[in-house]
Amino acid sequence: MPSINQLKILVFIVCLSPAIWLTFALFTDQLGANPIEAITRESGVWALRFLLLTLCLTPIRWLTGLNQVIRFRRMTGLFVFFYAVLHMLLYLWLDQFFDWSEIWEDIIKRPFITIGFISFTLLLPLALTSSNKMLKRLGGQRWKQLHKLTYLVAGLSCLHFLMLVKADITEPLIYILILTFLMAVRLYRHYVKPMVLARS
Amino acid sequence: MWIRKQQPWQLPESEVTDHEVFLNRRQFINSAAGIAAAAAMPISFAADKPTGNAFEAVIDSHFSTEEKLTTYQDITTYNNFYEFGISKEAPALLAKDFPDPAKPWMVKIDGECDNPGEFEYSDLIAKQTLEERIYRMRCVEGWSMVIPWIGFPLADVLKAAKPNSKAKYVEFTTLFDPQQMPGQNRRVLQWPYVEGLRIDEAMHPLTILAIGLYGHEMPGQNGAPIRLVVPWKYGFKSIKSIVSIRFVEKMPLTAWVQSNPSEYGFYSNVNPDVDHPRWSQSRERRIGEFLKRKTLMFNGYGEQVASLYEGMDLRKYF
Repeated sequence: MPSINQLKILVFIVCLSPAIWLTFALFTDQLGANPIEAITRESGVWALRFLLLTLCLTPIRWLTGLNQVIRFRRMTGLFVFFYAVLHMLLYLWLDQFFDWSEIWEDIIKRPFITIGFISFTLLLPLALTSSNKMLKRLGGQRWKQLHKLTYLVAGLSCLHFLMLVKADITEPLIYILILTFLMAVRLYRHYVKPMVLARS
Repeated sequence: MWIRKQQPWQLPESEVTDHEVFLNRRQFINSAAGIAAAAAMPISFAADKPTGNAFEAVIDSHFSTEEKLTTYQDITTYNNFYEFGISKEAPALLAKDFPDPAKPWMVKIDGECDNPGEFEYSDLIAKQTLEERIYRMRCVEGWSMVIPWIGFPLADVLKAAKPNSKAKYVEFTTLFDPQQMPGQNRRVLQWPYVEGLRIDEAMHPLTILAIGLYGHEMPGQNGAPIRLVVPWKYGFKSIKSIVSIRFVEKMPLTAWVQSNPSEYGFYSNVNPDVDHPRWSQSRERRIGEFLKRKTLMFNGYGEQVASLYEGMDLRKYF
């Protein structure tokens, strides 16, 4: 049985592989005719996928009783931040070329950009308080409260994706369904199950 | 002797990159990045040269731009053709053998006209003098290409049908055949795709019916066998794989207007000052280029077409 640390290395490589693939594909001309659009879109989609994966860990722990799964949560969470930063940088650089007045106008005028921007901003405190040191400093209870923002970020990210799609909303809808399911599991666990137990 | 007048928007011939050099630019970039081995890796479905039959006796047009051409590979692998799926790559894969050569391609021309008819594709084009028209193509999504179309003025076909005084608009319809066009099995848009032009826009000499590109017959993914090209409007106006051209009195309800009337208008002229609600239209990325460039009013064809819209509020009629 591999140790947690060995498994962490494996998970790290798995989480990094989309970025490695995108870099490789970019330099070998496999991203099609508009590679900049492709990496911008892909980095955003991967941030959302890792966010949903992170939100899967707690329900998996409840379901299987494997407490160890939670030890990967910080890493997958930080990978969400990694892909989100990449996504944001690609937008600021290759879409807007750091034209701050245009960027500001974009954020104010276009709801899907506004929502994406808010979502990214909310990720910042989560990434900054991800260390053990910060957890201690904030205290477990407050840290937990703060990190509930993850749910809001997930909702806003799904909305951001849904709003930018032109005609076929299948992919964002899949993510919305997954998120809805993951939230429903939590609601059940926290509200419905205690009620049922109390009655019996 | 015919002296070709240099139009103000045209670049001199000397500015045009040699086509071979241009086609090989990626190889150049790759080796520069120290990964020359990657240059040998083909994109499995992409052809970098035309494979269809070549047209002969094609004449040049003074409407052509002399800007650097987008590569054949990019033009034929980055397509919005929802009849073959919603990704940019799907049409190149799924429309490879479109249209089925066993089925004759018929184009019906009818509505408010005195000389309607239904024509087999080859009969329709037999009478036409083919021209190469090198046009800019600006997609509503913020990217653009320069494409060497082969075609002929739409006006020639329309005039032969003798439109009557009620013909205020022209409505175009794409083939509906989910067996050949698998994307039509999903209702991402109302099928068949419908587009339209005002009669003066349709009669304008810049408006063409295109049957090929890069000197060869039209690839399936680009709208074979016959499509519209209206270079001063966003790309979705240039309807592909046409089976019906109809003169009508009322403004046609076009596919994208029907799908989302607050975001897409009937006119859809390229206009850097009128944003799409979800993205700015002030700049565009020319496919193959790194930096974005400014989008030009009427996609740079203002000199020819601005008069069509004199006195119209282009913010209202977007």
